[in-house]
Amino acid sequence: MELLINKKKYSVNAHPDDQLLYVLRDELDLTGSKYGCGEGVCGACTVLIDGTAVRSCITSTGSTVGKHITTIEGVAEDGKLHRVQQAFLHVDVFQCAYCASGMTLSAVSLLEKSPKPSEQEIIRSMQGNICRCGTYPRIVKAIQEAANT
Amino acid sequence: MKKRIQHQQLSPEQGEPVFTFRMDRRKFFKALGSGITVTFSVASSLGADLLGDLTDSKDAEDQISAWIHVGENGLVTVYTGKVEVGQNIRTSLAQIVAEEMDVHIDSVEMIMGDTNLTPYDRGTFGSRSIPFMGPQLRKAAASAREYFIDLAAEKWKTNRKAIRIENGTVFNDRNQQTIDIGKLVAGKKLIKPINNAVSTKPVEQWRIAGTSVPKKNGETFVTGKHKYVSDMKLPGMLYGKILRPPAYGATLTTVDASGARSIKDVTVVIEGNFVGVAAPTLRLASEALYAIKAEWKTTPQPSRSEIFSHLKAIAKPEDGHDKNATGNVREAFNHSALKIEQTFNIDYIAHAPLEPRAGIAQWNGEKLTVWVGTQRPFGVQQELADVFPIPKEDIRVIMPDTGSGYGGKHTGEAGIEAARLAREAKKPVKVVWSREEEFTWAYLRPAGVIEVKAGATNDGIVSAWEFHNYNSGSSGIETPYDVANKEIQFHPADSPLRQGSYRGLAATANVFARECVMNDLARAANMDPLAFRLKNLKETRMIDVLEAAAVKFGWATATPAPNHGIGIGCGDEKGSYVATCAEVAVDPDSGNVKVTRIVVAFECGAIINPNHLENQIVGSVIQGMGGALFEWIDFKDGKIVNPRFSSYRVPRFSDLPKVEAVMLNRKDIPSLGAGETPILGIAPAIRNAISHATGKNLNTLPLVPAGLNL
Repeated sequence: MELLINKKKYSVNAHPDDQLLYVLRDELDLTGSKYGCGEGVCGACTVLIDGTAVRSCITSTGSTVGKHITTIEGVAEDGKLHRVQQAFLHVDVFQCAYCASGMTLSAVSLLEKSPKPSEQEIIRSMQGNICRCGTYPRIVKAIQEAANT
Repeated sequence: MKKRIQHQQLSPEQGEPVFTFRMDRRKFFKALGSGITVTFSVASSLGADLLGDLTDSKDAEDQISAWIHVGENGLVTVYTGKVEVGQNIRTSLAQIVAEEMDVHIDSVEMIMGDTNLTPYDRGTFGSRSIPFMGPQLRKAAASAREYFIDLAAEKWKTNRKAIRIENGTVFNDRNQQTIDIGKLVAGKKLIKPINNAVSTKPVEQWRIAGTSVPKKNGETFVTGKHKYVSDMKLPGMLYGKILRPPAYGATLTTVDASGARSIKDVTVVIEGNFVGVAAPTLRLASEALYAIKAEWKTTPQPSRSEIFSHLKAIAKPEDGHDKNATGNVREAFNHSALKIEQTFNIDYIAHAPLEPRAGIAQWNGEKLTVWVGTQRPFGVQQELADVFPIPKEDIRVIMPDTGSGYGGKHTGEAGIEAARLAREAKKPVKVVWSREEEFTWAYLRPAGVIEVKAGATNDGIVSAWEFHNYNSGSSGIETPYDVANKEIQFHPADSPLRQGSYRGLAATANVFARECVMNDLARAANMDPLAFRLKNLKETRMIDVLEAAAVKFGWATATPAPNHGIGIGCGDEKGSYVATCAEVAVDPDSGNVKVTRIVVAFECGAIINPNHLENQIVGSVIQGMGGALFEWIDFKDGKIVNPRFSSYRVPRFSDLPKVEAVMLNRKDIPSLGAGETPILGIAPAIRNAISHATGKNLNTLPLVPAGLNL
């Protein structure tokens, strides 16, 4: 199969039924996407497929052929951090940061669809991402900050 | 003594043997390059050859707990066995060093939790890093600063008083000469002992410590570049999977691995109850595991429905004698005008770190290297030495910054499993636990039963306090309130599920029970719960956080809307103090409880990093909301019934109330840890708010896993 990831073509040996997360991590060494639950309910594995946030741990690799996949490794462009990443750093959001990649991708997707989301919109949209360290208020604040830059 | 017994039970790291430090001076500088190194030792008479001598000096070994090296490039490298699990200690400790050494924060690099590079450390737990490692690093950094001044004074043939250091540059104020610290130590191979009498900076003069320095290496986390253990890959590495028992207490009777062994490139290891496989891909490893036929003998195990009566029945009352009992608690209770008797049931809960346990093992002959997410790298080194068995010196355990622990990663299971598989496969092996494995086989915060009998006078003086904790632990069991007649006992029991440390250990349960009873006593005395607490407290630091939380919350003037209520709770642990006010809204139709507002006041001495402290406090409160409201491990016949995030509910964005933290900066008190105590007040504050809103005095943790039964 050929996958289009972060604007680059990758040829992979995986079975089409293999979950995308493991192909990204184990075969392509794109380990920014994390395993957290394996059932699509924690958000740590979030990537963008044609701009929409999806859980790569429950996404078959075959279904992503011919689509644009964006992982955390492709969020910064030309060495410049995305405004969401910048805001996360500026607010100094994270503790263990294991959720950071998934939070970033979910937030990038949200701002693409809704450039000035209300607080309620942010909460609804980020509901599927877990941060066990409890940094949620900072994440909300950082997304608002990113929306305003 | 009670506390000690319980800590040993909950934290096996207590009583760890002393690490033998074996790096000679020549090897040391070969590894680090020349420069100056400041070690920790009270044995300052050992002089410049300190480190070499220490190899054979048994007394001095446990004096070393970190060292600092300054290289020719001016880079300051701090070596400490402490580890980063999200508490941002990497940043706080670097700030302490930069402050005392007068160097830029960015020139300080922290090497942490590597048994080959860092001195022995018992582990990162119990809020010990800041109060114990912090002062040692301060002294070492200050000692280094004094050595720089010595060197510069000698070089420039001038008085030490003319010399000052700023941002890593040494200045001679008499003639405007300058030199960078790196150039000052260039070509030198100096090892200097810590000067225990060195003066460190008063908090008022801090310029780097005490400020909100951003997370060290922050960018590597938001770009996905940081390699957690679960992300690492070694050349030729295999993926390991372990066959788990069907239930707690099950033993392996027969195993047929021929199906797995017939798969090409699969390694199977069977050692006692351990059955595992390793294969070049995770898919193949899973297939191989599936092909193994095993039979297990199970034994009857308690279920959640009977856990509380079970724990109470098997608890050992003889261990619970309270040597600190005062007065005559039974007589005082009988004569009290106001009496409360309450029994609290505390469920098992899981830490559920978002990164599950992960380990990678690589053998090189009889030498072993293990990368593992653990709060105790040196403890895991000992565990590996016991398992294989090989000398500890031949085992290197490395702990990259890990996807959180919350007291739940004192062990190194995945690393040991990977090492078993790697030895047989003769290739490196990675083992990453699945979420289900993490929920089922990692240890849990203990379940328990707490019985309280308390009495008060009509005017609100607590007169009797009898407190029995069955199994859930003794941390935070003492009451901070002034009571003339009290008896407090902890009764340990053999937990049917694996249990261990947690954030604040058992204090989450003990403080909960105590603060609920204090609330109910206040209501019985027709007193405001805050005023009632203040009336029975002498500890000024506790009074200060209570008042600070109440002022910010507007406690005195709060007029909650219908079906709303407010509650308060406070606690102390490891020398720091917290008070929490909460407002809840109860939906009278659905019984749904929503926490709408939280104010938490916290005091842990002099604040080192305000922004990160605020993050710890708020994060603790949000995590604590889960244990307060809905987190619980359900189990039946020794099987965990809800080992997934889809069935074990944790706090999410929509649970967020408005949270405000008030930080009391006590510059006159040495800095203390902040990762644990802030969690203590939230559960009782919510419970007391529900009581205020509805009149229902709940007595379980979690409080409302399925909503409130109205």
